Amino acid sequence: MSQTLALPRSVELPGGGRLPRIGSVDAVALEARAAELAKRSIKRESKIYALELAIRMIDLTTLEGADTPGKIRALCAKAMHPDPEEPVPSVAAVCVYPSLVGVARRALDGSGVKVASVATAFPSGQASIDVKLADVRAAVEAGADEIDMVIDRGAFLSGRIGQVYEEVVAVKDACGDAHLKVILETGELGTYDAVRKASLVAIAGGADFIKTSTGKVTPAATLPVTLCMLEVIRDVYDETGLVIGMKPAGGIRTAKQAIQYLCVLHETLGGEWMTPDLFRFGASSLLNDVLLQLRKQRTGIYRSPDEFTLD
Amino acid sequence: MGAVEKQRTQLPARDGWEYAPAPESREIVSFKDRYGLFIGGKEVTPRSRSWFTSVSPSTEEPLAEVAQAGAKDVALAVDAARGAFADWSSWKPSERAKVLFRIARVLQERSRELAVAESLDGGKPIKESRDVDLPLAAAHFFYYAGWADKLEYAFPNRRPRPLGVAAQIVPWNFPLLMLAWKIAPALACGNTVVLKPAETTPLTAMLFADVCRQAEVPPGVVNIVTGDGSTGAHLVRNHGIDKVAFTGSTEVGKAIQRELAGRGIPLTLELGGKAANIVFEDSALDQAVEGIVNGIYFNQGHVCCAGSRLLVQESIHDQLVRKLKRRMATLRVGDPLDKNTDVGAINSKAQLERIEELVASGTEEGAEIYQPPCRLPEKGWWFVPTVFTNVAQSHRIAREEIFGPVLSVLTFRTPDEAVEKANNTMYGLSAGVWTEKGSRILWMADRLRAGVVWGNTFNRFDPSSPFGGYKESGFGREGGRHGLEAYLRFE
Repeated sequence: MSQTLALPRSVELPGGGRLPRIGSVDAVALEARAAELAKRSIKRESKIYALELAIRMIDLTTLEGADTPGKIRALCAKAMHPDPEEPVPSVAAVCVYPSLVGVARRALDGSGVKVASVATAFPSGQASIDVKLADVRAAVEAGADEIDMVIDRGAFLSGRIGQVYEEVVAVKDACGDAHLKVILETGELGTYDAVRKASLVAIAGGADFIKTSTGKVTPAATLPVTLCMLEVIRDVYDETGLVIGMKPAGGIRTAKQAIQYLCVLHETLGGEWMTPDLFRFGASSLLNDVLLQLRKQRTGIYRSPDEFTLD
Repeated sequence: MGAVEKQRTQLPARDGWEYAPAPESREIVSFKDRYGLFIGGKEVTPRSRSWFTSVSPSTEEPLAEVAQAGAKDVALAVDAARGAFADWSSWKPSERAKVLFRIARVLQERSRELAVAESLDGGKPIKESRDVDLPLAAAHFFYYAGWADKLEYAFPNRRPRPLGVAAQIVPWNFPLLMLAWKIAPALACGNTVVLKPAETTPLTAMLFADVCRQAEVPPGVVNIVTGDGSTGAHLVRNHGIDKVAFTGSTEVGKAIQRELAGRGIPLTLELGGKAANIVFEDSALDQAVEGIVNGIYFNQGHVCCAGSRLLVQESIHDQLVRKLKRRMATLRVGDPLDKNTDVGAINSKAQLERIEELVASGTEEGAEIYQPPCRLPEKGWWFVPTVFTNVAQSHRIAREEIFGPVLSVLTFRTPDEAVEKANNTMYGLSAGVWTEKGSRILWMADRLRAGVVWGNTFNRFDPSSPFGGYKESGFGREGGRHGLEAYLRFE
């Protein structure tokens, strides 16, 4: 049974562990399980808790060609104080393009909110390895705490798994102390089996987090694909002791969806993973819906969306 | 290279997120204090003058009083059914279909109320009564409504005719769903029925009597007599019946068959089971674990086709059992009306005692027990989801039907051995096969002596799919075109 991951060079893991067998995923049953967990009914104090946790887990993101320093500064202000009228926690991080990392760094200094930068020729990953590594180094030098890289889906889908792995290893090296999130772009991988395999390759290469999507491809994050990746993280922890984080990104717009993700997380990996250290939402419009729902939950009244700032 | 050592190996402290109670409102259902018998389209007081109380297994609170039908009451019900038969069987089949369609629609309209009633009276979690029992019950009526005017096409050149009065006895594990399985094909074929619900779960059947009224089922076509085993015995002994359909224990099934010997009355029996759920090493393990959990902890294991024997290929035994145990720890046992409850209450005190007795035998015979930490409510009848490892074929827990949330794990080495062990039982109702290899599923299905074989799934039902057993699991099929045959004679 022990098909260890076929990689070009042997990968030594801490504690002499080995990666779990690649195994397979049954799509029908996976989706059924995700749908079942989505029906959990979260009420009252557990809902307030989940909503506050969701805020603390958000990587508040803007990845537009039209991003400007002014836009980034506004977003950073929102990230630190999401609701000007209520005491709510800050989000986990602000996620921007490498060229704007410096602006975000200055705006967020001292706040505890992290700066995350996409890199490696985001979103397509179609560039030479040297360009990708330069991209990473520039972001780290400008002050990024976290790097969100994309895997080379072209290489992965053509069977050059070794190349994907080597790139993750090289990027991890270039990150230095910055945390590495590896974006699989699950919407382009086609099957849950491929998602599982790509997750293992990313983790073997040194990913601290695995992340579903760039947000530029549909479908982006879904509940089943997130469950599939959480199951990989669970297998890796069981067999090697490595603790890997998870970031669904793209398409999560409502507080209700966010709570469904938290239920899937809670019942798949347990309470230890219920922290921004190990779970993030890559989102932008999600934050305002969570604030609206939180206000409703605390006061019993739905407020106008106009009361929440658009940044 | 090898930046891997920078990855994290320390787990943070556990977060104690709890789900607040999310109870479904029980206001939607109101039981009367007392239910009489449903005979000839009317609720009548039993001649026996005796009543019994139906209690909620999750709180032990009395819900309503129900009539205990005696021999005279049963005879009246059979007479009513007999009286209605001539007219009903000569209805234009498409008109009979309309009645069935109406029943199906009323079941859908009242599904929330009926789901709450089912969970109150039977103890099953609301998410199951809401998402499984009620939709399937309505689906059965829709499905057989469609057959009502197509019987000539279902059995070409065989001139299908109804049998007459069908005596139907249903169990307590799926009270309304089993009622639908029985009544829908019987009515579609032009029979009239006398149905006896189980002693511990009569209330949704009494609500169904009201559904019949709403759907304008002609008086006498559906009659419902409540009571204990003696009521069922009166019904089977009655000489006005033309057919018996029984779902329940193998023991009672045998008694019914003895009673009917020599009387020329057609019989279908759907009895116990000890199904094998067979997991091969190449299967999708996390999904197989879901299937195992669904196979044995669905409806507290009160399922005749439950996958109560897990046959796992030895090479993945440890890994699978570890995954299973962790998954069991996330099962939420408690208030059946809470929308987040996964496992509800054991249906009755007697059943709980039977489960406890068999579980004690498992420990005595040397199997290794695991039960996840679990806080059970103080009132009511409960049993923690349980798994036994190191089980041998000779142990009682591997041979006898427990009918509770108790799984026995055995191992095999080759497909041949899996088939041999799976078939080595007195039962043969269902089986599950988990593998990535489609050809192996078919190979196994050819060899497993079980009425239903599921591939990479378990406990999945559809009205168009026939269901029934081999050996001591009974005979005859319910569901699908096959299900019609049990309610027809051919000229």
